[in-house]
Amino acid sequence: MSCSPLWVNTPDRSGKRTATGPACHIRRISGCDPACLPGEGRSASCNSVEKKIYVHLNYTVPCVRLLNATHQIGCQSSLSGDVGVLHVLESEENLDWVLSSGPNPPYMVILESSLFTRSVMMKLKNGSSRVAGIVVVAPNTNPVEGFSPHTSCPNENTGGYDPTLAHCNVTVWNPLGNGLSYEEYDFPIFSLKDDNDTQVIRQCYLNHNQAVNGSSPRYPLCAMQLYSHMSAVTDTATCMRRNDINFSISPEMVCDPLGDFNVWASTRPLNNTEKGHKMWEKVVIAAARLDSRSFFFDVAPGAESGASGFITLLAAAHALRNVTQEAQPNRTIFYTFFQGETFDYIGSSRMVYDMENNQFTVDLDNVHSVLEIGQVGLHGESRLWLHSDPVSRRNSSVNEEVRKLIENLQSAAAGLGFTVGEAGFSQPLPPSSFQRFLRARQIPGVVIENHQLNFTNRYYESMYDNAEYLNVSYPPNLTPEEQLKFVTDTAKALTEVATMVARALYVQAGGAENQQDNINVSQMLYGFLVRSNNSWFQQLIPSDLTSHLSKLILNYTVLTGKCEPTLLVQYLLANLTGSAINITQENCQNQREDENDKESKHMFTYMWVQGAAPPNNTKREGFCVRSTVRLSRAVSPAFELRDYTSKDYSTWTESRWKSIKGRIFLVASHELEVRFPLKDDLFYPCMKTNLQSSETCLVTEIYQM
Amino acid sequence: MTAAVFFGCTFIAFGPAIALFLFTIAREPLRVIFLIAGAFFWLVSLLLSSLVWFISVQISNKDSAAQQKGLLIFGVVLSVLLQETFRFAYYKLLKKANEGLLALSQEETMPISIRQLALRYMSGLGFGFMSGAFSVVNILADSVGPGTVGIHGDSQHYFLSSAFMTMAIILLHMFWGVVFFDACEKQRWWAVAAVVISHLLVSCLTFQNPDYVASLIPTYVILFLMGVWAFYSAGGSLRNLKLCLTCKDKDFLLANHRSR
Repeated sequence: MSCSPLWVNTPDRSGKRTATGPACHIRRISGCDPACLPGEGRSASCNSVEKKIYVHLNYTVPCVRLLNATHQIGCQSSLSGDVGVLHVLESEENLDWVLSSGPNPPYMVILESSLFTRSVMMKLKNGSSRVAGIVVVAPNTNPVEGFSPHTSCPNENTGGYDPTLAHCNVTVWNPLGNGLSYEEYDFPIFSLKDDNDTQVIRQCYLNHNQAVNGSSPRYPLCAMQLYSHMSAVTDTATCMRRNDINFSISPEMVCDPLGDFNVWASTRPLNNTEKGHKMWEKVVIAAARLDSRSFFFDVAPGAESGASGFITLLAAAHALRNVTQEAQPNRTIFYTFFQGETFDYIGSSRMVYDMENNQFTVDLDNVHSVLEIGQVGLHGESRLWLHSDPVSRRNSSVNEEVRKLIENLQSAAAGLGFTVGEAGFSQPLPPSSFQRFLRARQIPGVVIENHQLNFTNRYYESMYDNAEYLNVSYPPNLTPEEQLKFVTDTAKALTEVATMVARALYVQAGGAENQQDNINVSQMLYGFLVRSNNSWFQQLIPSDLTSHLSKLILNYTVLTGKCEPTLLVQYLLANLTGSAINITQENCQNQREDENDKESKHMFTYMWVQGAAPPNNTKREGFCVRSTVRLSRAVSPAFELRDYTSKDYSTWTESRWKSIKGRIFLVASHELEVRFPLKDDLFYPCMKTNLQSSETCLVTEIYQM
Repeated sequence: MTAAVFFGCTFIAFGPAIALFLFTIAREPLRVIFLIAGAFFWLVSLLLSSLVWFISVQISNKDSAAQQKGLLIFGVVLSVLLQETFRFAYYKLLKKANEGLLALSQEETMPISIRQLALRYMSGLGFGFMSGAFSVVNILADSVGPGTVGIHGDSQHYFLSSAFMTMAIILLHMFWGVVFFDACEKQRWWAVAAVVISHLLVSCLTFQNPDYVASLIPTYVILFLMGVWAFYSAGGSLRNLKLCLTCKDKDFLLANHRSR
């Protein structure tokens, strides 16, 4: 029977390069006519033989391949998928079965999350001739001891320091980091949720694969096949060169540079069409980071490493809206949200590069100081730390400015529920976007973090850095609307941080001290960490983007194209710092206030959002929001300069792939398991990984049937 | 389950039939044409029965398992009856075309006519090829992948039993063709009824699946019996058999221009 692919609107890296539309790419789920899909209601008219043989996995999250100037990291499967006999690993000693004593290699190892450690993974990586793949079962609660697959010294090569201070010689920022995300594996690694499907897999293993009393299990055995073939190899220069080959009518891309857009807004409207230095403008940059990552593709909740920071900045921007419009301070406050900071500071390096080359609205001479909000989730110890750069502070004028900024922050924190301390003078800045500014010019600035020495975040850049870790939890039996309005303790804590930031920013910009409005962080926390498809977000976005809110939880990986978090932050920032004005939809969408207006589009951005429906009506009343929010490209300058082996800029790219899927089935006796030769298999008539046994291949065994 | 199972099952299912084709039919284009015409008639009968099936499934209650099972039985019976009807129709067509066939055949060889045994055998084999193809090709296509049947508890011998069943069906069609045409020639309607009933019996035996022993063994018994009947109705006898096996049959040698 014919199978038609089903298209689902989730991020994808396969095949086509999309236009720069607001959507992320769409991923193709391979499958049959819906009546045949396993798990769907079985209709008697569908009698596929395939259904008797295979059970397809519904929710598969792969680890994908990323490349930079020198390495490739991540996982790769073979072109026709990797088949392995299932083995549920019980303990680290049980690895011996997989790596040497098991009689039916290669094995597909199922790991519980407690065994997903560096030692187990390195042993499996070294024994990869007998390992067909790994499946990690993601638990429902976070592991208590912490887990961070990132390196222990994030972004050590592209920060603002020379090697004496750069490689964590003074402070190891992420001591729990085991570096798993940055290793290269030549088998696929998938992640499954701990639900019914996974229980089916475990049951299949128990029924067929368990060794009884030490004897080897008899055929037929339960096996799994995982497909996650990545097209790119070696490094970025190689894959970008291969992208440029266009011999055929439809040239195939093999990789894409990581990149997205930075979101920025200013308290005073600036002429965006005139790039370069703006006379008499002094700008205070308030920066935060939007993105995160984890070991697996597209799972990156980034609650503390990203969301805590940018939500605080959004709240502070909202609080400052009225007061900066009534009493404009001397200096302009620039709210900036950088994308791609996880991968060697893509967003901030691009903005600094644009500033240096007069491609941005302001340039580095206009920057007065920088205040960056890092990880600010408070976990009970209620203390925030202000980090500054020791190298630039050797200059006395810079030192003076930094000291003033620190005093601002400390006085702004008076009366709030936490204390603010200054981190040590001798240690460098933690990994932060401010380092890229310092690399270009010695600017005074401070980074607010919740740690003094190493990170308090036990799950830095992992899939466990989620709402549960930030203690964003709601009483049971609340409807989504009630959850939206409920104020958690975390929200209260972040509100206080936002209050301090708002006050300090206003004073830093030259205004007088005053109190701020009541800030509401809880709705943003709910929207970004629990459910993005809520009524408040729906009011703030245009109608053609409502379908993009359908995903339950936001994941902040960086892709090429505008993805949901960037768009949401853009519209949120517009609504929180801009104002609603009364013009027609047509004028609004054409960036003008009336038919003859040609000037406003240089200074402002106009967005038509769908608004709320009045109580006795179902049709939403849209309105136009005028703000100074703009997007700026966040693609590494290495790709502009076509210097793919650059040491100064990020060169990260992500491979493309065709299909990501997995299925389980029974396999019969191993002697018969000769794979059908494919294009790259023609010279390996025996199963590739069966090389250590002395069994002869193929033809002599047919009579056994 | 990969290449070994694929090729194994293909050769089991189609081996005897292809051998027969190569040794007896492939040399003469006219025989090939009759074979294909027979296959075509079977295909038309399948088309009609699948049309009826499709309509009846659409109007039935999809959730009731008993109704679906009953529909399946009805479908099988209808298909068998339609196949036999089209076999009869093919017979009628060939009879009508008899004079034309005589004109068409060349002088050197013996005239092809409806009485000639080769024609009955070719029409049966044509039916068999097409029927076998439709029975087993989708199963062969799925046997190429790495998995084998069984994860939901089905029997492991699915592919193998399907291949053996297909082989039996192909050979049975061939024997039925011979017996049927012979019976129609001699107006022995009880023999026609026996063919139809044995076809129904074999098809209904497959409802015993997955109890493959209960379905395959009776099928092979019926295959053997039909084979013997076809042999006798084609004019064979023990004496002929002995002569043929020891290569002493002069008529046969003469007809095929071979020296001893």
